[in-house]
Amino acid sequence: MKLLIRGGTVVEPAEGSVLEQDVLLSEGRIAGIGRNLSAAGAEVLDARGKLVVPGLIDMHVHLREPGYEAKETLLTGSRAAVRGGVTSVACMPNTKPVIDNAALVAYIKNTGKALGLARIYQIGAITLGSKGEELAEMGDMKKAGAAAFSDDGQPVTDAALMRRAMQYARMLGMTIISHCENKELSAGGAMHEGYISTLLGLKGIPSSTEEIMVSRDLLLAEETGCRLHIAHVSTAGSVRLVRQAKARGVQVTAEVTPHHFTLTDEAVVGYDTSTKVNPPLRTAADVAAVKEGLADGTIDVIATDHAPHTIEEKDVEYDRAPFGIVGLETAMGLVWTELVVGGVLTPLQAVTKMTLHPARVLNIPGGTLGAGAPADITIIDPAASETVEPSLFESKGRNTPFAGRSLKGLPWAAIVGGRLVMMERRIADSLE
Amino acid sequence: MVINGKDLISLRNIPAETIKLILDTAEPMKEIINRQIKKVPTLRGRTVVTLFYEASTRTRMSFELAAKYLSADAVNIAAATSSISKGESLKDTARTITAMGADIVVLRHPMAGAPELLARTINASVINAGDGAHEHPTQALLDLFTVREKKGRLEGLKVVIVGDILHSRVARSDIWGYTAMGAEVRLAGPATLMPPGIEKTGARVYSDLEEALEGADVVNVLRIQMERQQQGLFPGLREYANMFGMNRDRLKLAAPDALVMHPGPMNRGVEISPEVADGLQAVINTQVTNGVAVRMALLYLLTGGAHSEVAY
Repeated sequence: MKLLIRGGTVVEPAEGSVLEQDVLLSEGRIAGIGRNLSAAGAEVLDARGKLVVPGLIDMHVHLREPGYEAKETLLTGSRAAVRGGVTSVACMPNTKPVIDNAALVAYIKNTGKALGLARIYQIGAITLGSKGEELAEMGDMKKAGAAAFSDDGQPVTDAALMRRAMQYARMLGMTIISHCENKELSAGGAMHEGYISTLLGLKGIPSSTEEIMVSRDLLLAEETGCRLHIAHVSTAGSVRLVRQAKARGVQVTAEVTPHHFTLTDEAVVGYDTSTKVNPPLRTAADVAAVKEGLADGTIDVIATDHAPHTIEEKDVEYDRAPFGIVGLETAMGLVWTELVVGGVLTPLQAVTKMTLHPARVLNIPGGTLGAGAPADITIIDPAASETVEPSLFESKGRNTPFAGRSLKGLPWAAIVGGRLVMMERRIADSLE
Repeated sequence: MVINGKDLISLRNIPAETIKLILDTAEPMKEIINRQIKKVPTLRGRTVVTLFYEASTRTRMSFELAAKYLSADAVNIAAATSSISKGESLKDTARTITAMGADIVVLRHPMAGAPELLARTINASVINAGDGAHEHPTQALLDLFTVREKKGRLEGLKVVIVGDILHSRVARSDIWGYTAMGAEVRLAGPATLMPPGIEKTGARVYSDLEEALEGADVVNVLRIQMERQQQGLFPGLREYANMFGMNRDRLKLAAPDALVMHPGPMNRGVEISPEVADGLQAVINTQVTNGVAVRMALLYLLTGGAHSEVAY
């Protein structure tokens, strides 16, 4: 089966090029890029006025299966992904049970494959049960297909253990993803510590909570030579630390979420629990620093930390609500609206941080439109706009602080392995 | 006249005229309390529910008496004896209460923002009787009423609030209330119990209580909770009493006729010495009486005020 995507503006991060071209897909691979390609034997998709980019990769999601299927499943999560134009996701291991062995990694991989929507990668736990006590079998998990290792949400407190994890991951050529949080400093906290937390009477989570652990893990990465990826950077201090570490050659990459580059702690006024997220929404100065980090390359990746919860879990007192924001279906629009229209990133830079860079961090295929690459493609309509309506989400999670917000630049189509899985925000199985 | 909106959640952004209206309305209410027969039919047929998720004697009783003096039916729900202890959510409890016909729900809750959640959920009026470290607006209103009663004014007064500002909902409501009425607020307490950015409210922060007390017209002493010391927030009660306890010598630094206030319950000998607590300048018991008057005024205003039967 062949598919010709005609007349779109093709963004190829691996070449750094943005050109009006056709893209021919054949046998699940990219067969060619160029002007006026022959449509012989191919279905044609008219992409004039749209951006044709490598399939978006969201390297930080929580699809909740197994164990928390009321929040999300691999099926609903993959549907949410493709509706958001995301063709590959990497799942964090904090499910029940925690994904800390090869059998579980294989289970997620196979289940995801059978669904035939987004490609589902699994991040293995660093320690058994993410308890921070003993190392999980990282070598075995790598063989089973684990994309990286992380104890996301349950950061490894023991510095010696983290150091050994990095030594071991380095041997395997794998990346350690660190959710940087000093649990003593964040204990009991519900939002960023500052004037707004004072106004609202909520216990604060100071910026140092994150920065202390960023510092520690940067030093350990420097010492061990392990590749380190800092998850969801939220503070100006973290951006500065990563920038300095990169300058002295530490093998570090970093990501930011759309909510952290869009919202500040002022969004918490009114106690809307959809604003409760960890790390918390920070100040305007932090948002500015994060944007600067995106622009100067300190922050390599945009990932959502998609964290669905049920309505009843979130519809409670602020202190009682779980942390988390869903992101898969709003990420592209937020990136386009806040960063591209907002003048922070060029379309090429934005796309690179959602495709090529996460592919490199995880060492997975994709992120490029080069001949022979998997035919994973997202087509973005930069002129389209919508008002975020959570009831239309494919995700089970409705916990978004962006409801009612107008977004520009929407995913128009998604192709995985040469197969059209989403068109005009509708999933393939409902297209026929 | 009614106060803006159906609820009283916070004193932040509340207009000075509204505060004045509440205080003015509380004056005739106080007169009712001083009568031999403390009962007027103003709120006959209305139902006030006090929903308390935290132990409280004085605030709950104050609201209950305020409702009863106005002939409203008052029902108390304490968390430990209700379906709350069976895991019912706040929203479901609230819906149940209003389905039974409550006109006003008075909520005390350990978590900040709970009254706002409740107010969004139900049509009945919600009065915040203290939510976490957020606000305790009726306590601040009774403080303002007491000071205005004793001093004849609020504008231009120097008000010191001393103690655990970090965890104090009273301090936050007091800051907004006093500031709105043109008084100057000074805060004193250990740095570890001072919330970040508090100076942005317009209050001034002092690490030296004695400096804060200079020329003060009002000294509001907050309760220091023993568990804060166990949490390691300050070194110990002895040092606390030495540095931030209100005693007779320190009181001399304030204006000669300064008022001493305390929202209660007091830890005598820790944040306040007995001779100050029982001294001539203390108005702590007046605060309690005035609390009933201010709450009567609020119940009256929130149920329609002048539109309802005027009985005083």
